Amino acid sequence: MSVSTLTASDDVVEYLAAHEKKSMLRFITCGSVDDGKSTLIGRLLYDSKLLYDDQLSALESDTKKHGTQGDKIDFALLVDGLAAEREQGITIDVAYRFFSTDKRKFIVADTPGHEQYTRNMATGASTADLAVILIDARKGVLTQTRRHSYIASLLGIRHIAVAVNKMDLVGYSEGTFEKIETDYREFAKDLGFESITCIPMSALDGVNVTGKSRETPWYNGCALLQFLETVKVRGGLSEKPLRLPVQWVNRPDLDFRGFSGTIASGVVRPGDHIVVLPSAKRSKVKSIVTMDGTLAEATPDMAVTLTLEDEIDISRGDVICAGKAPAEQTDQFAAHLLWMAEDALFPGRQYLLKTANRIVPATITELKHKVNVNTLEHLSGKTLELNEVGFCNFNLAQPIAFDSYKDNRRTGSFILIDKRTNATIGAGMIDFSLRRAKNVHWQDLDVNKAARASAKHQRPCVLWFTGLSGSGKSTVANLVEKRLHDLGRHTYTLDGDNVRHGLNKDLGFSDADRVENIRRVGETGRLMADAGLIVLVSFISPFQSERRMARELMEDGEFIEVYISTPLEVCEQRDIKGLYAKARRGEIKNFTGIDSAYEAPELAEIDIDTSEVQAANAADQIVMYLKDNGYLEG
Amino acid sequence: MSESQILELVRRAERLSDQSGLSISTISRKLLNDGKGLARLKSGGQCTLKTLETARTRLTELEASNTATHDLTTRSTKKDDALISATAMTHLDRLEAEAIHIMREVAAEAENPVMLYSVGKDSAVMLHLALKAFYPSKPPFPLLHVDTTWKFNEMIRFRDETAARLGLDLIVHVNREGVDQGVGPFSHGSQVHTDIMKTQALKQALDKYKFDAAFGGARRDEEKSRAKERIFSFRSAGHRWDPKNQRPELWNIYNTQIANGESIRVFPLSNWTELDIWQYIYRENIPIVPLYFAAKRPVVERDGTLIMVDDDRMPLNGDAPREEMVRFRTLGCYPLTGAIESSATTLPEIIQEMLLARTSERQGRIIDHDQSASMEKKKQEGYF
Repeated sequence: MSVSTLTASDDVVEYLAAHEKKSMLRFITCGSVDDGKSTLIGRLLYDSKLLYDDQLSALESDTKKHGTQGDKIDFALLVDGLAAEREQGITIDVAYRFFSTDKRKFIVADTPGHEQYTRNMATGASTADLAVILIDARKGVLTQTRRHSYIASLLGIRHIAVAVNKMDLVGYSEGTFEKIETDYREFAKDLGFESITCIPMSALDGVNVTGKSRETPWYNGCALLQFLETVKVRGGLSEKPLRLPVQWVNRPDLDFRGFSGTIASGVVRPGDHIVVLPSAKRSKVKSIVTMDGTLAEATPDMAVTLTLEDEIDISRGDVICAGKAPAEQTDQFAAHLLWMAEDALFPGRQYLLKTANRIVPATITELKHKVNVNTLEHLSGKTLELNEVGFCNFNLAQPIAFDSYKDNRRTGSFILIDKRTNATIGAGMIDFSLRRAKNVHWQDLDVNKAARASAKHQRPCVLWFTGLSGSGKSTVANLVEKRLHDLGRHTYTLDGDNVRHGLNKDLGFSDADRVENIRRVGETGRLMADAGLIVLVSFISPFQSERRMARELMEDGEFIEVYISTPLEVCEQRDIKGLYAKARRGEIKNFTGIDSAYEAPELAEIDIDTSEVQAANAADQIVMYLKDNGYLEG
Repeated sequence: MSESQILELVRRAERLSDQSGLSISTISRKLLNDGKGLARLKSGGQCTLKTLETARTRLTELEASNTATHDLTTRSTKKDDALISATAMTHLDRLEAEAIHIMREVAAEAENPVMLYSVGKDSAVMLHLALKAFYPSKPPFPLLHVDTTWKFNEMIRFRDETAARLGLDLIVHVNREGVDQGVGPFSHGSQVHTDIMKTQALKQALDKYKFDAAFGGARRDEEKSRAKERIFSFRSAGHRWDPKNQRPELWNIYNTQIANGESIRVFPLSNWTELDIWQYIYRENIPIVPLYFAAKRPVVERDGTLIMVDDDRMPLNGDAPREEMVRFRTLGCYPLTGAIESSATTLPEIIQEMLLARTSERQGRIIDHDQSASMEKKKQEGYF
């Protein structure tokens, strides 16, 4: 057929009119390589005629190199991506594929199914409306089926299509299919799915993929594609109360002040009463502004700009809520957390938590239990490793507006960010607030820190001594405290001797315990500074992030990091307590400098190497620093 | 070939049309890739045995799916009636909203964002979305065009008119060292030219203006290795892309935290396909460079590809350029961009051609041809 002889006919205009009205469905496919998942997606792409000819011819030459299906086209090769992964024959990431029919556009998140890729599956599931779970008809419901279903359920997917694949290898047996369907429904009954649809299939031969096939006359349902084209998944969001997380304040000039964001739930119309969190200011919607004109109403997932009747202060991070049904606010909540980083979670360490529209510092105060993603059993544990799911208590630096994840995926979800590497290390789903944070106010005491400090004629601060065991931290800190005492200042020293035996005697020396140790010391130091004291803290404190956490507890200029940078060889040579020798013999585990890392400070206020400077001179140097910077005035 | 078989096909198609409500021309397009095909067959037209066989198979599938759909809809209508509202978002509405959300997030969190504007159709859509995202404000970032000095003249004209019409801040960056060294596709070959005048030039511009986030119009459907590209793609201080070190993207929460010197490439059109782009241009009436429409243009043939003679730098080697009705599916440096013969002068015609041609658009780009992993390598080196 010659392209150039065609003219635009009514056909195309009709086609465009019809296709403009298509809806969209995002789904995830779960299964392992052997279940024929890539083959299924390749088949959907192929059969929905969106494979272009030159991609096809590239495919034919690829099949000769890597193909595993003899002379047949290997559909799996259509969907594997990065070059290195193709050589290994497994996909190790989330790939997004697109295809369309007359009724819908589809976005498929394709993720590998092995346990070590749980985080990838969760990523794909977070934006999916539906999950297609593949089961090999010869094997039935397996451990991995359970895992895939749990993750889908955890991430809030409510509609499941179970593709019982490879029916050709069981002779399209109705009995086999029925048994698998019964097994699946039985075990999935507690996972909260609204609908489960089981389809007998052979992806390789295209049976019940895009059209009903003769091979399964006993099957009364429809083929997978027809199911995907017609399933209704997005009910409910419109009936929920309005939530509009404000992303950006739109101020082209002094006369216009709009609040832009994507509607997380609810319908908004001009005249609606709204309340803004966290300020709790109330107003009414004046207009819904878009470039195409103002709207009579806006529905979930629309990206809009609202103007209000009253001039109230609203900024990015706020949430505009229905006046009658605002979101909850809290700074402490319980949530399910999926850990996505190679480095384990440390309860007590400070991370950044990002919601739909704001970032707040957060710590996990308690790991209540871990969930075995294969058996759904609850296990105890102190940390979460990569791909593990835990139920945790969180403490935030500021309260946030939220809904529980099961009520609202958009306002109940968050990610965790590592402050040092900026990596995304966790995905969270909020369950419930641990208290009514709005009822808790900090008591504004008349006798405050400034009053207490001025009574002592000093500015409170924390001198944080860090360095290897035997570097001379405590020696120098003791001398500094003596000098300050002689000058009539009010001080206190926190070190291993007085903290480890009391406040922290329940903690050991694992990494997790060390983090908690430092957190408690940091909090104690903060209280003492609040009491107006000059606090000397002398701890190895080997991790940068904990020292940073301690620093961030304090006000600007109140944290003075003193790095005793005596080299390891010198410390080991001194070995005053004989600990290095024991560590070398393997009698002590996790000894800093030997089999546990020490992360040197990058920007310590003071840096002293006691192999070069006498302890007394070091102490003078530190007191001089305090004098020069005004800590001894007041 | 049996005439009765053809007539039977036509009868079945008409029956399906009655039952399903699909028009005959829609069914015809599905069966024969030609909306008028069935009508031709009915009035005595002929087709090959193979075409007939394909059409019959497709028809069988259509009939089966019609029955299935019918069953399913009758079962589910009652329960879900309330949810189908007149304002249900179409796929284009959803893609639009997603892109706007991404752009607002970058505008709010990046310190110094920029939009890479390549003048092509994807850039046109991206710019249109930016106008919508921030309306009534102007987009709070400038446009950056990396000009290789070998773009079509019409592209440059269109670029300058667009910036002036919308009153936007446009930065044009040219790799001056490359120009001084006389780098061009004819003298240095496509690879060296693209590297120096495009990839290196882009890095220069990003470094010069210290942009920490740059919007690009790339789509995941363009090429296999892009299917796994994130919407927010992180680059080291040297602009390198490390495929092993990209962040997971959950929900619509994007982690935009970066260290000093690092930067983010942001692709708001990630989930769009070529067809979505054209449909959106059609729906929103977005202006595009006239080169996308067929017109008589002077071309010469090079290695089986039609190249437009856009200026006198094109070595003709004695060939006289011939006037042909051609258009371009993708736009770049004119010596590296193949034209296709076409008579499509309107958007519906372009879309029709695209639906029928079934050749993916990057085929017109000479730089991708070498090997299937080539785009991935380029990306690691910093090509957008």
